[in-house]
Amino acid sequence: MQYLVSVIDDTAGSATPAEMAAIDVFNDRLIAEGYWVFAGGLGSPSSATVIDNRGEEPLFTDGPFVESKEYLAGFWIMEAADLDVALKLAAEGSKACNRKVEVRPLLSA
Amino acid sequence: MTDVQEAITQAHHEEWARVVASLARRFGDLDIAEEAAAEAFATAVARWPADGVPPSPGAWLTTTANRKAIDRIRRENKRGDKQKEAQLLYDNDPPGPPGAIGDERLRLIFTCCHPALAMETRVALTLRMVAGLTVPEIARAFLVQETTMGRRITRAKTKIKEARIPYRVPSAEDLPARVSGVLAVLFLVFNEGYLATGPGTDPVRHDLTDEAIRLTRLIRALLPDDGEVAGLLALMLLIEARRTARVSASGELVTLDEQDRGTWDAALIAEGHRLVRERLAAGVAPGRYQILAAINAVHTSARHVRDTDWSQVVALYDQLARLDSSPIIALNRAIAVAELDGPEVALAAVDRLEDKLAGYHAYHATRADLLRRLGRGQQSRAAYHQAIDLAGNSAETAYLTRRRDELG
Repeated sequence: MQYLVSVIDDTAGSATPAEMAAIDVFNDRLIAEGYWVFAGGLGSPSSATVIDNRGEEPLFTDGPFVESKEYLAGFWIMEAADLDVALKLAAEGSKACNRKVEVRPLLSA
Repeated sequence: MTDVQEAITQAHHEEWARVVASLARRFGDLDIAEEAAAEAFATAVARWPADGVPPSPGAWLTTTANRKAIDRIRRENKRGDKQKEAQLLYDNDPPGPPGAIGDERLRLIFTCCHPALAMETRVALTLRMVAGLTVPEIARAFLVQETTMGRRITRAKTKIKEARIPYRVPSAEDLPARVSGVLAVLFLVFNEGYLATGPGTDPVRHDLTDEAIRLTRLIRALLPDDGEVAGLLALMLLIEARRTARVSASGELVTLDEQDRGTWDAALIAEGHRLVRERLAAGVAPGRYQILAAINAVHTSARHVRDTDWSQVVALYDQLARLDSSPIIALNRAIAVAELDGPEVALAAVDRLEDKLAGYHAYHATRADLLRRLGRGQQSRAAYHQAIDLAGNSAETAYLTRRRDELG
């Protein structure tokens, strides 16, 4: 079972060197213990472009699809046996990156 | 009630959770388990009056529910996945380890009270899956629309399935925190019954207090060595013992000092006291439910209010305050302090809680009573006004109104 762990940020600044170091330690542990699937940090919401190509031609809109104080700053995709395991890992991830996180299951095929 | 109806009611009380739990384990799906259990009980209602009550009602219900579940899965499995269907015919799961911790019902309770579910959802799910209340009954108990309650339960079942909330007893390391989460759900159900809110509601909802006690007894049977489980059960029993004395014939709240102690339920008090003594003998530092039970044991030991050992009550509140710095505990401590050191000392302690408790009716009701005892009638009346505005329980409102009017 895979889970998306989204990092929720409400500050303008990116991770501090101490936070980056803690995230690296956490990522190494995810890899060593077999939970790691993928992870990434995202550019600021203002760098986003929304595309809608359901009509005649693609429509490009500058900015994120939703404007809010809190935004998605990065994510992990983790492999975990069940939600209890995912919640524990996510709690450690929240501590490491010093941000709130949200856990959501990926639909399995 | 006929013998058959009684047998069905008893089977529902004793077997519902067991049937749901064993089906949930076998089919890995709470929705299927719940629906099949409900169908099995409906079949019992239809057949037992004519066929007679089977010798082992629990086994009959489990077998019937299993058949209903397999029928549903076959119906839904239109593509005819033969291998999947074959797996349904036998239970490959090894039986759980013997002893309470392996009881299927415990898995069910921990799943329904999972911390990833909202508190109101945990309460609703526990009442449906473990206690076997119907959706309309739960909706009535919490004064919400049936459709709203139905959606809440359906959403919870979907989350459990999609997010894969595990169906198991937590590891030893996580157990204390998870048990305390379960007890919080049960105490909430009990309190909602005990201090029912809403102008058109009975002041005490016996259905909810009874269910909460029944579920706590079940947890106690499953986790007999857990001190807080014993403490919560003792606390509920000692409160429940006073229920008839607590509301007058005219529907008004009767405070502890004015209750007719002869009408207290002696059997419930004896059982509650036994549990409190058992925990004292265990010699393990008590948690909050055990301390609250001990406070109630002091009150229920006094044949008359003047015999109450107030210094012991205050000492227990001090012990509780060290575990939990909640202002509500400080308020209750102050009420005991009034009996020990007088209303003036108590009022000073209560007034320090204003920032935190200004929106809580009991804060104003306590101040009103202390001010009244100090002869400060005008201030007392103002405090009663505020308490009445904030109180949601009809018996409490009636009591506070009379007290205010008696000020003259």
